[in-house]
Amino acid sequence: MSTAAANKDYDLDGESRDQSKDFLTIIIAEQRFGIPVLQVQDVLGEQIVTNIPLAPSEVAGSLNLRGRVVTAIDVRRRLGIDPSKDGEATGMSVVVEHENELYSLIIDRVGDVLTLKDDMFENNPPTLDAIWREISGGIFRLEEELLVVLDVPKLLSTIHS
Amino acid sequence: MDDLIGEFLTETNEFLESLDQDLLGLEQDPNDKELLGNIFRLVHTIKGTCGFLGLPRLETVAHRAENVLGRFRDGDLEVTPEYVSLIFESLDVIKFIVGSLEETGSEPEGRDDALIAKLDAVFEGEDAPPPIAPPPIEEEKLKKTEEEESIPGMATEAELEAAFAAAEVLPLDQQDSIPNKEVQAEPPAAEEQKTEAVKKDTPMTTQTLRVSVDVLEDLMTMVSEMVLTRNQLLQILRAHTESDFTAPLQRLNHVVSELQEGVMKTRMQPIGNAWSKLPRIIRDLSIELGKKIDLEMRGQDTELDRQVLELIKDPLTHMVRNSGDHGIEVPADRVAAGKPETGKVLLHAFHEGGHIIIEISDDGKGLPLDKIKAKIISNGLATEAELKEMSSQQIQQYIFHAGLSTAEKVTSVSGRGVGMDVVRTNIEKIGGSIELKSTEGKGSTFTIKIPLTLAIVSALIVESAGQRFAIPQLSVRELVMTSEHGDNKIEMIKGTPVFRLRDRLLPLVSLDELLKLQRDDVPISEHLESIDVQEPELGAEESQKSAEAENHSESDDAAQKQPLQNQYVIVTETGAYDFGIIVDRVYDTEEIVVKPVPTILRDIDLFSGNTILGDGSVIMILDPNGVARVAGEIDSAEADDSAIEDAAHIGSSQQKTSLLLFSIGGTTPKAVPLSLVARLENVKISDIEHSSGQMMVQYRGSLMPLIPFDSSVKMNDVEEKPVLVFSDQDRSMGLIVDEIIDITEEHIDVQLSSTQQGLLGSAIINEKATDVVDVMHFLNTTHDNWFKNDGDESYGSAGGGKKRLLLVDDSPFFRNMLAPILGIAGYEVTTLDNAKTALKMCEDGAQFDVIVSDIEMPEMDGFEFAEKVKADSSWQNTPMIALTSHATPEDMDRGVQVGFTKHIAKFDKDTLLTALSHTLIEQQKAAQQEQGEQA
Repeated sequence: MSTAAANKDYDLDGESRDQSKDFLTIIIAEQRFGIPVLQVQDVLGEQIVTNIPLAPSEVAGSLNLRGRVVTAIDVRRRLGIDPSKDGEATGMSVVVEHENELYSLIIDRVGDVLTLKDDMFENNPPTLDAIWREISGGIFRLEEELLVVLDVPKLLSTIHS
Repeated sequence: MDDLIGEFLTETNEFLESLDQDLLGLEQDPNDKELLGNIFRLVHTIKGTCGFLGLPRLETVAHRAENVLGRFRDGDLEVTPEYVSLIFESLDVIKFIVGSLEETGSEPEGRDDALIAKLDAVFEGEDAPPPIAPPPIEEEKLKKTEEEESIPGMATEAELEAAFAAAEVLPLDQQDSIPNKEVQAEPPAAEEQKTEAVKKDTPMTTQTLRVSVDVLEDLMTMVSEMVLTRNQLLQILRAHTESDFTAPLQRLNHVVSELQEGVMKTRMQPIGNAWSKLPRIIRDLSIELGKKIDLEMRGQDTELDRQVLELIKDPLTHMVRNSGDHGIEVPADRVAAGKPETGKVLLHAFHEGGHIIIEISDDGKGLPLDKIKAKIISNGLATEAELKEMSSQQIQQYIFHAGLSTAEKVTSVSGRGVGMDVVRTNIEKIGGSIELKSTEGKGSTFTIKIPLTLAIVSALIVESAGQRFAIPQLSVRELVMTSEHGDNKIEMIKGTPVFRLRDRLLPLVSLDELLKLQRDDVPISEHLESIDVQEPELGAEESQKSAEAENHSESDDAAQKQPLQNQYVIVTETGAYDFGIIVDRVYDTEEIVVKPVPTILRDIDLFSGNTILGDGSVIMILDPNGVARVAGEIDSAEADDSAIEDAAHIGSSQQKTSLLLFSIGGTTPKAVPLSLVARLENVKISDIEHSSGQMMVQYRGSLMPLIPFDSSVKMNDVEEKPVLVFSDQDRSMGLIVDEIIDITEEHIDVQLSSTQQGLLGSAIINEKATDVVDVMHFLNTTHDNWFKNDGDESYGSAGGGKKRLLLVDDSPFFRNMLAPILGIAGYEVTTLDNAKTALKMCEDGAQFDVIVSDIEMPEMDGFEFAEKVKADSSWQNTPMIALTSHATPEDMDRGVQVGFTKHIAKFDKDTLLTALSHTLIEQQKAAQQEQGEQA
């Protein structure tokens, strides 16, 4: 209880003092991405996905999450990355809400939740791949690697049938 | 119930408080009439409400107190402290009873005889002048009332208790037993009902209460989810035949079903609610148009889900307005036609087999077939020949066509059709259908069929290529199992599957083709449980044999392409037409809760929603109307599909071109746009003359050069040869071919891979690979630049020098067809395949004298292109001519609006050339004038 409360305090303070945000990190094809943690509704293991005929290729299908229909998005395909090889992906997905609908973003793996300070943030390099530029909300310089902020609304709203 | 008593108690407590104050005031000033009136009214209200709620003890006390107060008011009893005390005593008793009501929910046992006796004594006038007639009568009345009410009152008490014991269930039960249930009825209405009902029924059963719509919606959602969960449980139960859960689950099943029904009922509203505005609309219309119209409404009480009601409100209003506006004639015309002066619009609603049927009929002039036909043709929706083969009913259906109605709107030609496409779309959106019957001169009847509710629908679960889909039961008329041999077989007409259903031919669509499902993607495991070929009972367990057969075909590539041996045809009913959907397997019907399709899938017409099945899997719900729409286009689209997958597509499937098909030595058929052919002639071989190595024939008083299509054309063994005559101005040439095959109208997709001279490429025409002929090649080879030797003064060279022309058209076929024509006519032609590149050229500073642009183009269409050019660019003053394959008046208008000088049909070469030259000449004149003015 006390830890939770302390955490909460820390978060609130952190928010106002250090201008930092929490991100759930995900890994796709060895690249680390971050989704603002407040946007994440759920993290799921591998699910049975029903194919949707005639749907855009990025749409992997739909699945049942506790009685709600969730549309599964193949993020690899959306990013123009080749399908995963054996053992590379766990079939995990991150559930987000977009315009009152639930989407599950199928990614390779889920990493930790990181609290990232705003001074580690950079805008997209102008030379970034066009597709990535579209869905990237910017880059965080981590010590060992770079983290691409996944702009979820943009990622979803740019899918068309 | 709970709420009502609660409200009464709150109200009464307030009254009692103010009554105390008022009585004290009255005691001090016995002559205050206003105060007395107020007291009388409050007590009277308490008495009235008690009667309504069935509280006899409270009512009796209040009633007697009121009697006394009545005498005060009438002035025949003096307000003395004694009497006021008596009233206070009554109020105390009332307070006691109310308090008890608050605590236990029912009136306390016991009687207030002593008090009543005192009150009666005062009322009957101990101290007052002896009453003559009224009191006994009143007394009698009172007794009577008491007798009447005391018995139902007891029952009420019992019921009340039962009600509080099962507070949540009772309202529904009551709803069931009341003929006039009105969930949202206003209290006054309820009170009225009550007074009527008191005499014949117990007061309790007529009770209604107000519930907010949100609560009902939430309730419905929860019930929907409950139904789903119930379905899941039942599914699980099926796997365990011997289970302790069987009995309780079955009970649950029943309860849930009843609950669902009950909640559904709470959402029902009489359709009359949606009709309430109609009489006014018709009245206004008849005044405005000088018509006499009677609106008759039948079946206002027919109930349907309020959600559905909301959705059909507008379409209904629209249709009734249409009936009055376009259907009913003015009185003079009606009399002339031998009809009564007053026209009649009839609205009739009734239940039929789980649907609501709403008929809107009028005895007006009916649909004008000729006008519709003319519209159909002018809008390019069908050709005259096609119309000839249609029944008048089929033609009438066109009023639901978007193209037709829009055009009507623009030109405001009278006749039905304004917005009927919207009406149909709205009705189809809620899973309904609309039919039309009309006799010219007699009137029209529209029949709308809609489901009772939208939230939960019964759907048939089918499988195709290993995937399951739901089809709403509403549109399923019957199921047929087909077999490869025997009567029930699927037959093919030109690759289109059809089925003989009794005495009719039913068009079929294959679900897997429609949805582009890949059979080889199907996991074996899925297939093992699919297809029950032997068992006629739907959804029965599959035989091992069929599973093996299926496996076999799975492994055999060639067999995969073959239609499965036994398939099911779902005979489907839609507004547009009936058709069959071919599926591999039919499962059960299941109650499903329709969930909307996610936004990113909205563009797919074929699905109306998705749902979660009993086994927890998500499946898509097919929209039969969407299927009908897509399937109706598939015949033409199929040619596109199979022909060319690469970039060399001819624009959209909209572009139909009349083609002349001919053959040379029995090889691939050749096609040439009919509009380029001036005439077809049979030329006698003996008439052919030779001059300087060129074949000639005397034709219409001059010499016409002839060339054989190629060297394989045999000239020796026949007397006559067919010749295609191409002409331009007064020059002609003939192309000798072997045989004229046909004239056809087709969507052409040209594959520009032909290297052979004289051919543009090949296309699939009438399902055959066909070479499309490059007419210009022949024109040019007859004579070097034969066509442009002279006579083109008025065209491209008008004003001296070659005019620079920009041709923008996405289809290579037209570019290749037009560029040479324009080139020959003396223009310097630049072709581009899209408007964006054109705009870029403009930015780069390219200059043209005239721009010819296609309208239907991907990304940026001709209109947008013109708007951009005219808005702000260096081409602002360059005249623009629009090319289109189907020009509706609306398009023309829009074209002019955005700045096109002319609108010209594709292939209308002569008009194009004339228009070009006119445009340029005018442009030049204008320019000269301007120069002159400046000078």
